[in-house]
Amino acid sequence: MATKDITQGFSRRDFMKTTSLAGGGLLIGFNLFQACKPGAEPPVDLASLNYNEFNAFIEIADNGAVTIYSPNPEIGQGVKTSMPMIIAEELDVAWKDVYVRQAPLDTEHFTRQVAGGSQSIRQGWDALRQTGATARQMLVNAAAARWGVDPSECTTSEGIITNANGDKLSYGDVVNEAAALEIPEDVKLKSVRDFTIIGQEIGNVDIDEIITGKPLFGLDYKKEGMLIASVLRPPAFGQKLDSFGESGARAIPGVVDVIRFGDKVAVLAKDTWTAMKGKKALTAEWSAEESLESTDDHDRILTGLLDGNSFETLREDGDVDKAFAQADQVLERTYESPFLPHNCMEPMNFYADVTPDRIHLVGPIQTPEGTAKRIAEVLERDFGDIHLEMTRQGGGFGRRLYGDFALEAAQISNLAKKPVQVVFSREDDMADGIYRPAIKYRIKAAVKDGQLTGYYLKEAAITSNMYGLIPNFFPAGALDNYKVDVAKYDSDITIGAWRAPYTNFLAFAEQSFFDELADLMEVDRVQLRLDLLDRVKGTTDERIQYSPERMQKVIRTAVEKSGWGSPKEGVHQGFAAYYCHNSHVAEVADVVLENGQPVVKRVVCVVDCGIVVNPLGARNQVEGGVIDGIGHAMYGDFTFREGAPQALNFDKYRLIRMKEVPKVETYFISNEESPTGLGEPALPPAGAALANAIHAATGLRLYNQPFSKSLAELELPKKEIIG
Amino acid sequence: SKPMPSYSISVNGMSHTVDVSADTPLLWVLRDHLNLLGTKYGCGIALCGTCTVHMNGNPVRSCMMTIESVQGAEITTIEGLSEDGSHPVQQAWKEVDVPQCGYCQSGQMMTAAALLERNPNPSSDEIREAMHGNLCRCASYQRIYQAVELAAKKAGA
Repeated sequence: MATKDITQGFSRRDFMKTTSLAGGGLLIGFNLFQACKPGAEPPVDLASLNYNEFNAFIEIADNGAVTIYSPNPEIGQGVKTSMPMIIAEELDVAWKDVYVRQAPLDTEHFTRQVAGGSQSIRQGWDALRQTGATARQMLVNAAAARWGVDPSECTTSEGIITNANGDKLSYGDVVNEAAALEIPEDVKLKSVRDFTIIGQEIGNVDIDEIITGKPLFGLDYKKEGMLIASVLRPPAFGQKLDSFGESGARAIPGVVDVIRFGDKVAVLAKDTWTAMKGKKALTAEWSAEESLESTDDHDRILTGLLDGNSFETLREDGDVDKAFAQADQVLERTYESPFLPHNCMEPMNFYADVTPDRIHLVGPIQTPEGTAKRIAEVLERDFGDIHLEMTRQGGGFGRRLYGDFALEAAQISNLAKKPVQVVFSREDDMADGIYRPAIKYRIKAAVKDGQLTGYYLKEAAITSNMYGLIPNFFPAGALDNYKVDVAKYDSDITIGAWRAPYTNFLAFAEQSFFDELADLMEVDRVQLRLDLLDRVKGTTDERIQYSPERMQKVIRTAVEKSGWGSPKEGVHQGFAAYYCHNSHVAEVADVVLENGQPVVKRVVCVVDCGIVVNPLGARNQVEGGVIDGIGHAMYGDFTFREGAPQALNFDKYRLIRMKEVPKVETYFISNEESPTGLGEPALPPAGAALANAIHAATGLRLYNQPFSKSLAELELPKKEIIG
Repeated sequence: SKPMPSYSISVNGMSHTVDVSADTPLLWVLRDHLNLLGTKYGCGIALCGTCTVHMNGNPVRSCMMTIESVQGAEITTIEGLSEDGSHPVQQAWKEVDVPQCGYCQSGQMMTAAALLERNPNPSSDEIREAMHGNLCRCASYQRIYQAVELAAKKAGA
């Protein structure tokens, strides 16, 4: 089954409204998400529309300048460049004439701004195109009316309208007339083949500010009278604050105030260093009502869950028990992963100024609306009091979906009655995280008469289990007997989304398992996957959203581009393919042995994410995703003792660095399908491709992350003693 | 309480006087007292490279250099690398379109600029070695590497 077409059957009037700008020009508001979900939302009566329905805008000034307010948070995924490209394409203006601004969360003008799940481009695609095309048609209609010709006789190019006689008008010439026109119902989108901006290599719109060090990020925000807050929080999960001593902090020149809120204590100072010093000078007594959790406890508990019977079944086809009972061969393997912190390079921070009239919030956040609502609720204020501005974000990876740091800023400002910026130190950022949960998978497969006849995946996770369509990912649909069971343990440790939630580890487990399974079945590793995908073709199961045809194409392309099966001497290859965030990806890792240790030199990554809006930005996402996936699979480790994280900074927490980075070769499948996710899908298969290559190089099968722990046990060739 | 000591500091060719405690790191003097916000905070223990500036032309971690220890030194930050973003490293960063989130990039560029100053034609291994101390959580390493190579070409041209 092909990936679903989400483009059909909506009315433009349901999601768009135009108005004249006070100073001349046209403003078009539209709803980025409503437009692409036909049937998901009830029809909207145009008369009842107000600006609350809209979350994105374009302005065309009477001098022809086009400003696109990019509605979605920019966390490094490139949407501030790529989303406006889509509008500019259909509007038919030159990219150089377009200005892009980050829109604030404005309760009157914007709703549902969020960065998460690699969905910005996928969900915005149709609305962005429709909006650009509608604006273009209104401008054409205005020009045609002035000329007294039929609009169909007019063409546009780079902001100029031309009629059959060769007369020309610019968009700026007719924009005020266009603003008075009805929104046209009959608007043609460009043919994909006529695209002039989409598919071009467009540089990051903030590049000049970034290379010259201009203030862009949350920590760069400054306001007259603002105090910096450094916050002492419980050092272990499960602890509460009994008492604290502030005299040491107060004695530090420059410390302005010390404020307790809940189980936390904020030290306020005029500058960051003084606030951080003040926090270190606090003393505190902590207590816990229950025993605090350590990594050993988690290991034992999760293993107990896998061995036990407290599962919830997320998908069940046929009878796996029967398949195992009748099998000639059974393969069962268990895979283990640790917690992971996000470690955005820009530590968590937020500005808040809470006054009786208004709550002003500024900073980096992936979920501006949800965070603003939570703050209104906690402070018992009207949502309308809140004005939230988003800054550029020094990384997100899921951490900035959670507005805990913004709430802290608002709480402290509310108590201090002063504008406050909460600044996490790196230690705060690592210790007070919302982590990728530790997870264990157990996979069991049945083989009979040389065929795979049953597949049973069990998940044991900290606090939260896989969700959404993940249980319906490959190999669901390929087997008559298939089951996914999940179990969880409610922990004190806060967990949440981390780039490609669940699949960031599940892909490693599954794709490693398939390599072992192919060996057991004595079939080619890639062929096993292709054969199973054949079985999915023509499925009528609506839950199966991956396309076997598109997956086979990325697999075959990866085989071709990587020289799979005939590597250069000394090179050992590993393969993995994975579907998530609506995109299909196949990767081949090349590993060589240096001093007995496997070193990854190259990763070939083939991606089908539909139409690639901005190849320059898209390749960056893929390169980053692959290296991120390899880095965390190799080195990411995060343990707890008595509720306290054992790594607090980069001396104890290892991130991948320049010398450990492979060359990433990226290839996109060329097609005319609507775009799908790209911020996450390249990451999950990377760990599996690497693990499979390490197996090919060393014979060592990896089951646990981080790989570095297992590799440290590899026997190294004895070094000659010189001297 | 005692008044803060006064320090004079030379940044990007300009002399400044700041009243801060002796242990204040150069990073926070730049960011909080001189409003030079291009130099970023990442770890505070000189392990991520995000706060890299030049001291007398050498790359240093401003998060661990106290104001006291930089007296008499000439400090250059990303704002002083060029007046208009025209330094070959900045231009290479733009041409390669290196940044994803962009937060670590001023530190990356300062490290690269210092490398090319002392070694205009670095080998592949020398580039990797020089850039190894700078973390990029978005993992834009491949483009950082390409941009350093390109900057070397631009500077030599």
